[in-house]
Amino acid sequence: MNWSWMLPPSFSTVSGDIDGIYMVILWITGITFFITEGLLFYFIFKYRHKEGRKATYDHGSTKMEIAWTMVPLVIVLWIGAISKGVWDTVKVDVPPADLEVIVTGKQFEWTVTYPGPDGALGTSDDFETLNELHVPEDQAVVITLRSEDVLHSFFLPEMRIKQDAVPGQDITVWFEAIQPGDYTIGCAELCGIGHTTMGGTLTVYTAEDFQAWSSSQAQQQQP
Amino acid sequence: MSTIEQEMAHAAKGGHHDHHELPFIRKYIFSTDHKMIAKQFMFVSLFFLVIGGLLATMMRWQLGWPSEPMPGGMMLPDAMMAPTPDGAIMLPEFYNSLVTMHGTIMIFFAIMPLLVGLFGNLLIPLQIGAEDMAFPRLNMISFWLAVPAGILMLSSFAVEGGAAGAGWTSYAPLSASGEWTGVYLGQQLWLVSLTILGFSSLVGAVNYITTVINMRAPGMTWFRMPLATWALFVTAILILLAIPILAGALIMLLFDQTLGTGFFRPEVGGEPLLWQHLFWFFGHPEVYILILPAMGIASEVLSNRARKPIFGYHSMVLAIISIGFLGWIVWGHHMFMSGMNPLLGTSFMISTMAIAVPSAIKTFNWLATVWKGDLHLDSPMLYALAFVSMFIIGGLSGIFMASTPVDIYIHDTYFIVAHIHYVLFGGSLFAIFAGITFWYPKMFGRMMNETLNKVHFALTFVFYNLVFWPMHNLGLQGMMRRIYDFTQYDYLAPLQPMNQFISIFVFLLVASQSVYAFNFFWSLFKGERAGNNPWDSNTLEWTVPSPPPHGNFPEMPVVYRGPYEYSSPESDTDFYPQTQPPPSKPSVQALIPEPVTPTPEGF
Repeated sequence: MNWSWMLPPSFSTVSGDIDGIYMVILWITGITFFITEGLLFYFIFKYRHKEGRKATYDHGSTKMEIAWTMVPLVIVLWIGAISKGVWDTVKVDVPPADLEVIVTGKQFEWTVTYPGPDGALGTSDDFETLNELHVPEDQAVVITLRSEDVLHSFFLPEMRIKQDAVPGQDITVWFEAIQPGDYTIGCAELCGIGHTTMGGTLTVYTAEDFQAWSSSQAQQQQP
Repeated sequence: MSTIEQEMAHAAKGGHHDHHELPFIRKYIFSTDHKMIAKQFMFVSLFFLVIGGLLATMMRWQLGWPSEPMPGGMMLPDAMMAPTPDGAIMLPEFYNSLVTMHGTIMIFFAIMPLLVGLFGNLLIPLQIGAEDMAFPRLNMISFWLAVPAGILMLSSFAVEGGAAGAGWTSYAPLSASGEWTGVYLGQQLWLVSLTILGFSSLVGAVNYITTVINMRAPGMTWFRMPLATWALFVTAILILLAIPILAGALIMLLFDQTLGTGFFRPEVGGEPLLWQHLFWFFGHPEVYILILPAMGIASEVLSNRARKPIFGYHSMVLAIISIGFLGWIVWGHHMFMSGMNPLLGTSFMISTMAIAVPSAIKTFNWLATVWKGDLHLDSPMLYALAFVSMFIIGGLSGIFMASTPVDIYIHDTYFIVAHIHYVLFGGSLFAIFAGITFWYPKMFGRMMNETLNKVHFALTFVFYNLVFWPMHNLGLQGMMRRIYDFTQYDYLAPLQPMNQFISIFVFLLVASQSVYAFNFFWSLFKGERAGNNPWDSNTLEWTVPSPPPHGNFPEMPVVYRGPYEYSSPESDTDFYPQTQPPPSKPSVQALIPEPVTPTPEGF
């Protein structure tokens, strides 16, 4: 059983920053946890009822209350400020695409459409894979995420990417993998009876291997 | 003010105080007495709490031992379980129904009516010195709307297609058409049931608000009100404003289901995200509806059992009010991954971070309340302290999800399941145990058995943490929520031992609730008799007999001070009831009759 509070390894250009903010919050909340719970248990022990003990008649202290209002306020706003930068990188500022694909969710599978040899989507040389996303490493992959029926959530845990797919909307998702290998595609939004089976594989190649894979797929799928 | 004068004139004539025996049906079934309605809400919601717990154990069987025959599963119909020679295996559609109904029942039929229906009804009139609610018949209607809502919700398990299976949030378009889930009637019953329940809550809220504004006893100014009543008052305002949004959304979804409208169905021009905005615009205030009364109850118990004034009463009230306001502008934090414009994510992150502050104030004030107190560690206090310590964990884990980039990874994983249970079970439910135990003598005139309560507390506290703490770890490993068989994912398969560990302790956690159930019923008949004021408390409900008679107060109480004057040097004992006149000074004051109208500062 893994009782660790560390995140599992991650393999995209943004995942280090996400995991970094997680660690910042883990430290802050961890310290707060031990201080507050520690004080609570200490007070419970120290001030437990004994014959002759009389509670202090005390209605509060404005100074202390201002202190413990301002300190958390400054800390959470600071967490908000550092979070904004990473959030913008992942979700707002989409870089120029090295590879564009369309990922379409429907009950209960992911269809990926690649641009084919001409590098453009929506042309006759496009080809598709089912429940497999193949990408080259160190290249920005820009995904147009769609759904044909209900909500799904496109989840690449090792890349720290998650985005709901909404029918009727084209949503842009991007990531850049930094290490070749096989990774997970999951669906994180309840999408019906077969939700549990809606998984797939993300395969990251070196640039050359991806070229080779891409051209062989394009040839196989030509009519 | 005129209302109170009328009430008092009425009381003086003995209007409502003729103690003739009511017929059985008017006394126990169609009662208009707020105390009886409170008990009715309590019995029905505790029943639903048990149902919700049993649904969770079935879910946990599937998660601990995916697709293995469930013990006793053969007793369930084929629509839920697939019979095999070795026993019956749970079907994924039934699992989805369990997920949906566990959440729905616990939130809408257990926690909310316990906090609002039970404690709202029981405490508001008694703590402000009113003879009953402002609208006793409306109060009765509130309960009798909740009952058919509950029956409809439970009956959906028996209809063709089974109970609703789109999650307690019922995200469209999955919920908008049976073709996606195979659930038609079940989803419609879910919608109708919650709409009816919404009316029940709405009627109750109007009643609570009117009662608190109009029916406070002389001297019961706003800032002499106990924090439980304050919290219930703000909660009632949240209900009044939030429930109509939910009701509107539910009816729109019902139309999409049955009449072919397209509010949420994109294939006919609808907008799926509209449902999420409406649902969470209701749903986030709902989160505070489920925690504010718990905070109020914990404040009462902590101050009383620490024999010490609550630390920072005014800032506690202001924190309740500011949570009530900020609760309206944070709903988007449920939707960071929804496809909503990501720029909005940042705004909602900042407002969400801000709402952590009043919660932090309350927590520190509770800590400061027990500091230098004289802590009577009996069972209500243990439950209340558990509330504080578990609420700290639930509050801190919320910061992870409030941070938008971190939420990318942990959104829709077991991390959020852990978080919601630390707030709703560790928080709300422990406060409910504190409240029921604390006010049990007032409700029934007898004390609960202390030893059994301590056993129940110890078992529940330990098992509870062994269940929900490791769910954080599951979430951090990437295990999504609402998943029928996580072992289908290679990277999640190694999590099975931890899931089995959790499941075993869920079974023990549910089983150990029988200690409380036994104690509850045993003490009804065999509990030690309680006097008017077994906890040496200051607030008004403890000045009247246990249980209080119809009409509550034999004569109109007059309030001289705040509710938390414990260990005051002015008093000979370590408490100082709100109604006890101050030591008489040798002056003309003694000649002036008691005030019979409320002081103007109360308005």
